[in-house]
This record gives sequence, structure tokens and C-alpha cells, in this order.
Amino acid sequence: MLFQPAIIALVLASALSALMLVGCLPFAISVLRRWDLSSGAESQVRLEKRTYLVATLVKVVLAAEAAALVLFVFNADRMASLFTGAMCAVGTLKVDPYGFPALYLKLAVFFLAAFWLVLNHVDNRGWDYPLIRVKYAALIALAPLLLAAGVVQLAYFLGLRADVITSCCSTLFSGGGVTVTSNSVAALPHAWALGLLGASVAGVLASGGAYLLWGRGGVLHALLSLAVLAIGLAAIISTISVYVYELPHHHCPFCILKREYDHLGYALYIPLFLGTALGVGTGIAAAARRHASLQQVGPAIARRLALGSMLCFAAFGGVCAALVWRSHLILFEGAPWH
Amino acid sequence: MIGLSQVKKAYNQGRANEFWALRGVDLHLERGRVTVFRGPSGSGKTTLLTMVGCLARPSSGRVSLEGRDISALPERFLTEIRRSTFGFVFQSFNLLKGITALENVMVPAYPLGGDHGALKRRALELLDRLHMADKAHSNAEWLSGGEAQRVAIARALVNDPRIVIADEPTANLDSERSAQFLDIVAQLKAEGRTVLMTSHDPLVAEAPVVDRVVSLRDGLIAGGG
Amino acid sequence: MSNWFGRQRALMDFAVSSLARRKGKTLGLLAVYTVVVFVLASAMLFSHALRREAALVLAGTPEVLVQRLVAGRHDLIPASHLQAIRAIRGVKSAEGRLWGYLFDPAAAANYTLMVPADDAPAPGQAVIGSGVAQVREAAIGDIMSFRAHDGQLVSFTIAGIVDPQSALVAADLFLVSETDYRRLFGIAADRFTDIVVTVRNPREVRTVAEKIDAALPDTRIILRDEIKRTYESVFDWREGMVLLLLAGAVLAFFIFAWEKASGLSAEEKREIGILKAVGWETGDVIALKSLEGVLVSLTAFLLGYLAAWLHVFQWGAPLFEPVLKGWSVLYPDFRLAPHVDELQVATLFFFTVFPYTLANVVPIWRAATIDPDQVMR
Ligand SMILES: Nc1ncnc2c1ncn2[C@@H]1O[C@H](COP(=O)(O)OP(=O)(O)O)[C@@H](O)[C@H]1O
Ligand SMILES: [Mg+2]
Repeated sequence: MLFQPAIIALVLASALSALMLVGCLPFAISVLRRWDLSSGAESQVRLEKRTYLVATLVKVVLAAEAAALVLFVFNADRMASLFTGAMCAVGTLKVDPYGFPALYLKLAVFFLAAFWLVLNHVDNRGWDYPLIRVKYAALIALAPLLLAAGVVQLAYFLGLRADVITSCCSTLFSGGGVTVTSNSVAALPHAWALGLLGASVAGVLASGGAYLLWGRGGVLHALLSLAVLAIGLAAIISTISVYVYELPHHHCPFCILKREYDHLGYALYIPLFLGTALGVGTGIAAAARRHASLQQVGPAIARRLALGSMLCFAAFGGVCAALVWRSHLILFEGAPWH
Repeated sequence: MIGLSQVKKAYNQGRANEFWALRGVDLHLERGRVTVFRGPSGSGKTTLLTMVGCLARPSSGRVSLEGRDISALPERFLTEIRRSTFGFVFQSFNLLKGITALENVMVPAYPLGGDHGALKRRALELLDRLHMADKAHSNAEWLSGGEAQRVAIARALVNDPRIVIADEPTANLDSERSAQFLDIVAQLKAEGRTVLMTSHDPLVAEAPVVDRVVSLRDGLIAGGG
Repeated sequence: MSNWFGRQRALMDFAVSSLARRKGKTLGLLAVYTVVVFVLASAMLFSHALRREAALVLAGTPEVLVQRLVAGRHDLIPASHLQAIRAIRGVKSAEGRLWGYLFDPAAAANYTLMVPADDAPAPGQAVIGSGVAQVREAAIGDIMSFRAHDGQLVSFTIAGIVDPQSALVAADLFLVSETDYRRLFGIAADRFTDIVVTVRNPREVRTVAEKIDAALPDTRIILRDEIKRTYESVFDWREGMVLLLLAGAVLAFFIFAWEKASGLSAEEKREIGILKAVGWETGDVIALKSLEGVLVSLTAFLLGYLAAWLHVFQWGAPLFEPVLKGWSVLYPDFRLAPHVDELQVATLFFFTVFPYTLANVVPIWRAATIDPDQVMR
């Protein structure tokens, strides 16, 4: 294990987050078993009060996970100098088999916590809390994921060993070195990547617009948002990053976050992730309409979320287009934008 | 407009010191009237007001407001109803110390958002109506009992409630101030607001503005229901 | 949307006024919080600055260093090895170096003795680092004497004082001529401390090192990259250790914050009760109290970080110098180059704001769920 401040902070943060959620589990179970709004009993009042605590804790977890995500990637990038052959975060994450799974789990926790908060927000607007059981069942499902994220991250950090020189020359030529990116995603042809990206952003904007106009297709918007997330990430790796670095074979989703590239990555990832969270939230809020008490409120929230997600995706698409536009790299001869 | 049927309220339910403060109250209160709840100390008057005013939920029984059953609503929605429908004047006024009378009047509207300037104007207008404009910028703890009560009334009115609830409003006032208070009640009634008060002060129960007196004893209606 | 902003503004105003109303408590909390941030930030800024200094040192060290090992211990390397190394393909140059440590009983300090590759002082003269000059109160023209290996006295005239570009590197330097060096330690003319090798193509460093290792089995080869790695992990380790030691402080702070947050005064409880009775929702109270927490956190963080920055970079980190820098008496007042690192700020934020927030959640929630009908009593 590398004994590093950022690593200690990350391990601490995920341990505390997991602890908080696991601490909520007994309460979640008693909600599933004993929740009865029609009762005026004090035990029911106590349950209700506790829901505020759980919601607040999940908000803290979400904030911590969002910050931890940035810290994790940042730190991975910084540690690259510790490993032979690693040049940026990709190399560090590939040092042991838990690196990328840890990142993926962190992302999953981030998104699921965001979805849960949308669910919670919608449910809180229905006077009979129609989704309360769904919500707490979801929370019970979220807890193991959070634990897994913490454990995998710990395994990853425990597995890290810097190549320390000792007085023995056998350690001198440490390892063969780790190659940077050779991912199948990176091999996605540029034309395909840009085409898919354009199409999916257009699609998600259209479905969002349709929802705003006719109040239909919220779930479709949610699915398309997920599609944009997947395609967007693939496109960043295969093509957008190449335009930023202006090196045809440098596919890296992390280096764009660095100062050398003006922290451009944040302008890509923040709207993309936020848009996805809001877009999937649209679907959740729209689907909640089935419940009598949410018939009005659900769609009203969904419209606001849809608008938010459309703004985010439009920003994401805009930033991608701008990056391709201003790049000096020409990947397509005679391409219309050059 | 407000209906209670078989409303019961227990404190410390399920514990050794369980106490039933209300033991089955049936009552109907009409819009635009002034009602006084009378009864010995401990008879459950205040508890009844908290049920009516959405400050707490009954242990059993039903409370309905304008035809809507509110007895099974979670606190979040009770609060929503409370802040748009009710204004409270508490027995001990309960002003926040350390901030001005004006701010005290504005406080209930903070969570609603809305335009700050408009809120301030509204609050000043209310204070002016209650002849408190010159004390608007005094700190709450410097006010005398009667002044504090008028600030509390302004605070109760800032969200323009249809129903005003006052718990023992004259308990801390001399008779002259009590009479002034009853004048204010008459104004409120003239504006079409419903007023609910508790009091064991005969001055209040016998005042001409009062439309109805309900007597309570040991958590049950003893007369006027 | 404008309603949302209006609400946040109103809550923010009210949070500020609540904090101002409880001046004593707010200032006390702020002071403790700021001190915690200050201590942690100082430790981090300081060790980070040291790491940068070390990187600066490393930038000047050779790419490849060849040392001779005898029975597993570092020994003098024969000049014949120079020829062998120069013969290897890919090697641009190979030079023998002479350096070591010299203990000065007069100052009870260790100097780093070196024979510089170019511009070496003339025999009988020495160029010294600023630290040496200070402990010995020596000026140019003064004479310093040392006992050689055979007991004879060797004297040096101070010919110059090294300009402290990086104080950490240059402070303890003692530069002498090759003749004087060999006379002091009785080292034969065909022996060197070690050999520095430069390589034509930086990508071939590893291959060249392997070839040297094969040709000269009694040597150990040290690559600059490897040293860098070691240094970095050592520094990280030190920083981590310091943080762990300071974790006690963080924990104490956590408990302190918890106690402060849960030990609501009767007045505060009454206030929350009133707010709830006049129409505030539990969520509104939580938002208000969280805003108070955010205000305190941000203020403390900014103040603490700023103070730490001044402490480390303006005033030379008087509180940490002895802890982190080790024993040497030779490192007097030197200025570390100011530098702010985003990762570090983020980490520090995690170490301070996160525990504070956590310590606050439950007490805030508890206060916010006071029954609104309580103020009727
Ligand atoms: N929070 C409480 N816990 C226990 N008992 C209470 C509580 N609040 C009120 N009571 C009891 O309920 C009874 C009715 O109280 P209350 O409604 O305040 O009466 P009133 O306003 O008519 O004087 C009293 O006997 C009082 O002691
Ligand atoms: Mg009473």
C-alpha cells in the first residue's frame, strides 16, 4: 500500500460513506416492514423523522463520492511517476487488476446515489409517499454496491507498490513497464464515433424536447441519456481526446483533465455526467406519474429535469464540437468542418 | 371548514407515563367566525389547537380542513398547509431574540423564497397597521409584552393566513392591552379571517366579537360543541 | 428557479445572522477549525515543498550512476572501469566523481564534500555553502583546517560561498580540488567514489544500464528515474505519516465539532422550535443549519490555508522545520518556493471539511426534527 495523503483520504471517505449507508440499513428494513402513514402512533412519527436523516446522509455520500471521483482520477494521474512505464492515470489504474473496476464502481455509486436522490425528491412531493418502499428497497440495494466500491478501491490501493530501489540490482529493471492505452474502445473509428455522438446527442435533445412539448417519452429520454453517456465516453476516448492532444494515437480519457490541456476534461465530463443523472431522473419522475399523488407533481419535476439534462447535453455536444473545430489535427481529409 | 371527529391524542404513547390529553373530540368550526376554547388548565385546549393548526397529528381520529382529510399527512405536507393557511400567536409570543421586530415578522416567509423587497414592504405595512412601525427596528427582546404580542400578530399574518390561532393571548396582558387585542381580533374577523383562541379569561370569552365558546374538560368537549 | 434563489438567499442571510447572534460559539468553533486546517495544511505544504526541492536536486543528478560493491557495501571504484564503460555502445561519456562527507568537530556538523567536475577550486582553496559559512562564521579569505586521514592538518582558504539557489541543496556544500580531496582521505589516484554515465539516447538508458551490469558484475547501477521514484514514495510516506499523526488532531476535531453541534443551547433549541412552529419545514431547518456549517467550513478552510501558506512560504515554516527536515544544523532560514497543488487542496478539504460535515449531520438532524408543537408549552 502506498501511504499517501490522497489515498488515505479516499479510503477514509469511502469507508465512512459505506458506514453511513450500512448504518441506515436497519432503518430501511423497518420502513419496509412497518411503514404506515395512516397511523398517528409515535413510532410512525419517529420513522418519518428518520427519513430526513437518511436523505441528508445520502446527499453527503453523493457529494463525497463526486469529490472522491475527481480526487481518485487526479491522484491516479499524479502517481503515474511512481510506476515504471505509467505516464498518466491509465497506467496507474492498470498497475493492478482492481484499478479500473474501482473507478467503474465509483462511477456507478455516483450515478445510483444521484438517481436515488431524484427518486427521493419525487417521492417527497407525493402526500402519501407512494414510493417509500421502492426507495428504501433501492437503498438496501445501494449499500452493497457502496461497500463493494470501497473494498475494491482498498484492494487496488493495497496492491500498489512503488518500485523502490534497494541495494539489490535485481529490482533495478523493474517489470516490463505498463503500456498506456490499448483499449478496444480506442479503436472505434473516428467517423463512427463522431457520427454516433452527434446522433445520440440529437436523439436525447429530441426526446427531451418531446417530453417538454407533449409530456411523453420520459423513460425514452432516460434510456437515451444512458446511451449518450456510453457513446460520449467512447467518443472521448477514441476521438475527442485525439483532437485535444493533436496526436493521432494518444487516446486518454484522463489527460484532458490536466492543466496542460486547460482542464478541458471537466468541461466534457461535468455536463455529460450531470446530463445523464438529470436525464435518467426525468425517466424516474415521469414514471412516477402512475401514482395518484404524483400525477401532477411527477411530470412537473420531470419537465424541469428534462430541461436541465437537455441544457447539459447541449453543452456537452457544444464542447465536443468546439474541440474538434479548434483542433489543428485533421483526421478526415476534406471534412466539412475544415 | 374545520372538522374533527373522534380526535384523540396521547403523549408518551406506550410508555409508563402515557397520557391521553384528548379523548375523543367531535367538533365543527365555521369559516369567518371567532371561536374561544375555554376550560381549566390541563383540559387539552392547547393540544386541540395543535391538532387543528397542523402542528401535530392526532393519535387517532380524523381532522379535515376544507373538506380534505389532513390527519394522515406527513409532517412535510402539514407544514405546507400550515404555513399557507394558519398564523399562530403563541402564549409566550416566542419572538426570536437578537433580531429586530421587522425580521421576526419576515421569518416565516424565508423558506418560501419570493422577493425579499416585497416581503419587507409587506412586513412593514403589517407593523404599521398594528401601530408598531416605530419599533420595527428594535430588537425583539427590548419590546414590552403588548408590543411583543403585536409583533407576534404581524408575524402570524405575514403569509396572509385564512385562520389565525392564538393560545392564551391575554394571559400576559393587563385589561387595557387585552381590550386592544380584542380590537385587533375584530379587525381580523372583518377581513374575513377565522380566529381560534384559547382562554380562561372571562373578558375574552364574553367579548362581543366572539361568536362561539367551546368548553373543554379532561380532554372532552363539555359544552358549546 | 428565481424562487429557489430567493429561498437560498433568504436562508443564507438568516444563517449569517444566526452565526452573528452566537458570536462566542461561532468564533470559538472557527478558531479551532482554522487551527486544524492550518496545522494540516502547513504539514502538507511543507512536505510538498520539500519534495519539489528534492526534485530540483534530482534534476542535477546524473542519469546513470555506477557504484562498486564489495561484499554488498559501497566501495571506491577503480579508474579501469571507466574505460570499460566508455567502450559500451550508446554511452556518450563516463566520468569519475569524488565526493563524501566531512565531519567538522568545530561545528559538530557534517558537510558534503565534493570535487566539482568543472570550475574546481585550486588546491588549498575551498568554496563553501551558505550553511557552512554561517555555522563557522566564515567569510571569503578565512582559513579552515581539517585533520586528514593520517592526522596531518589540511588547510583551506575560503575562495567563495555558493549562491543559495536551492538552500536545501547548497547549504552544506564544501567544494575542494581533487588533490586536496585525495590528500584528506588518502585515496589513490586511480580510484573514484563513483562513475556518472551519460547516454546518447535517453530511451536506451535501460539497455545501456543492462550492458554495464553485464560487463562489470561488481557494480550497482542507479538510474535517476529510480531515485526519483524512491524519493517520491519516501516523501509520500513521510507526508502520510505526518497526516496519520495529525489524524489524532482530526479525530479530536471531529469529536469537538460533534459536541458543538449537538450541544445546542436551550436558546438555539427554542429558536428552532419557533421556526418550525411559524412554518419552517424540517428540511428548511436542515438547509439553514447546513448553510451555517458551510459558511464556517469555508471561512475556516480559507483562513487556515492562507495562514499555512504564509507560515510555510513567507516565514519558513518555523513550526515544522525540525520535524520534517531532520537533524542537520546547516539548514538555516531558507525560503521554500511557493506552490499550490490542486490535488493537495482537494485532499486537505477531505481531511477537514468532510469530518466536520459528518460530525454535524446527526446533531443537525436531531435539532431539526424537534416537534413544532413544543413551543406551545
Ligand atoms: N409533551 C407532553 N408530554 C406529556 N404530557 C403533555 C405534553 N403536552 C401536554 N401534556 C399534558 O396534556 C394535558 C393537556 O395539556 P394542554 O393541552 O396544554 O392543556 P391546556 O392548554 O388546556 O392547559 C396536560 O395535562 C399536560 O400535562
Ligand atoms: Mg394551554
